[in-house]
Amino acid sequence: MNNKVQNNRAWLLVLPMLVLVAFSAIIPLMTVVNYSVQDVLGPHARFFTGTEWFSTMLNDPALHAAFGRQVAFSLIILAIQVPLGIGIALLMPKKGWQASAVLILITLPLLIPWNVVGSIWQIFTRNDIGLMGWSLSEIGLDYNLTRNASDAWFTIILMDVWHWTPLVAMLCYSGLRSIPEAYYQAARIDRASKWAVFRYIQLPKLTNVLVIAVLLRFMHSFMIYAEPFVLTGGGPGSSTTFLSQSLTTMAIGQQDLGPSAAFSIIYFLVILLVSWVFYTTIMHMQKDKNSQGGA
Amino acid sequence: MTWMVWTLPTAIFFSSIAAMLAGMTIWELRSPTVERKGFLPISTTRGDRLFVSLLSAAFIHLGIIGFTTFPLLVASALSVLWLLILMRWG
Repeated sequence: MNNKVQNNRAWLLVLPMLVLVAFSAIIPLMTVVNYSVQDVLGPHARFFTGTEWFSTMLNDPALHAAFGRQVAFSLIILAIQVPLGIGIALLMPKKGWQASAVLILITLPLLIPWNVVGSIWQIFTRNDIGLMGWSLSEIGLDYNLTRNASDAWFTIILMDVWHWTPLVAMLCYSGLRSIPEAYYQAARIDRASKWAVFRYIQLPKLTNVLVIAVLLRFMHSFMIYAEPFVLTGGGPGSSTTFLSQSLTTMAIGQQDLGPSAAFSIIYFLVILLVSWVFYTTIMHMQKDKNSQGGA
Repeated sequence: MTWMVWTLPTAIFFSSIAAMLAGMTIWELRSPTVERKGFLPISTTRGDRLFVSLLSAAFIHLGIIGFTTFPLLVASALSVLWLLILMRWG
């Protein structure tokens, strides 16, 4: 029956990676767990607090608000970037030098470091020297992101769309390129409309890359830190303070290591849950595909 | 190890996770897992079910700590019960 030799020696090859991950992730994470159940004032002055920090963090209205803003931000980003990315990918030239040129132009925002993106937009939106801020003021709009929460939100979303839609567009572009020409020929024979081609050929073939795009964009936006920190500093008030910034203020600004450790663990668990759901979905889709191919 | 500020409860917590992983390894060597579909919407292996039950145990504990006044043992008991149900019928 099964005459394959079982050999587990390949696991030894994973060891170096395991050691690396232990040093960079597992041991620090264990330390965070230890911090989350204590009030540590120094290595020899620490008090066991049990689950107190967790219940404080879970009932903190400021964190509830930050969590709400974070979810809202991620959903808005996805609702704009995914359709926009698909649209851009459909409009991009398919071959020749134009294709390469457009690809490079579109990818440029992805190459800029996060905090530089924040600085660029900070200057871009200033009323006195920034092109966008100055123009909006000149045409009579009361635009000021340090005073109006809605202006701050509008700018952060615009910035993120500018920075990250290219990623979605590139993923979709590669997905579109992998559709065999035969599908389009069949569609032409059937005199399918452009919409029908999109709905019944392109969109179904894009499902896999779209799941990856949604996962990446969700993770990025859920952990966003540098760009809003540089652009608005979380203000006006706390209207653009997202989760990671609340965490940094707590951990580094106020040195509340216990509560911020508890908060980090909750944050980590939420991200772990979402990633697992996405990962399982992707794996499941591939499995379905394989079983279809085999049948 | 001082810098890791260990406490007895967290040490017990991590030791039991390590013991679970070791136990799962031995179990897998003795009788390899068969992927099957239970009441969960996806087909799972033994390890998948353990992961799902550990992750839900974390959220059960957070829910009980944050939003009720029940003692922590209630959360742990619920988690163990959920783990057994998942491992058997999940």
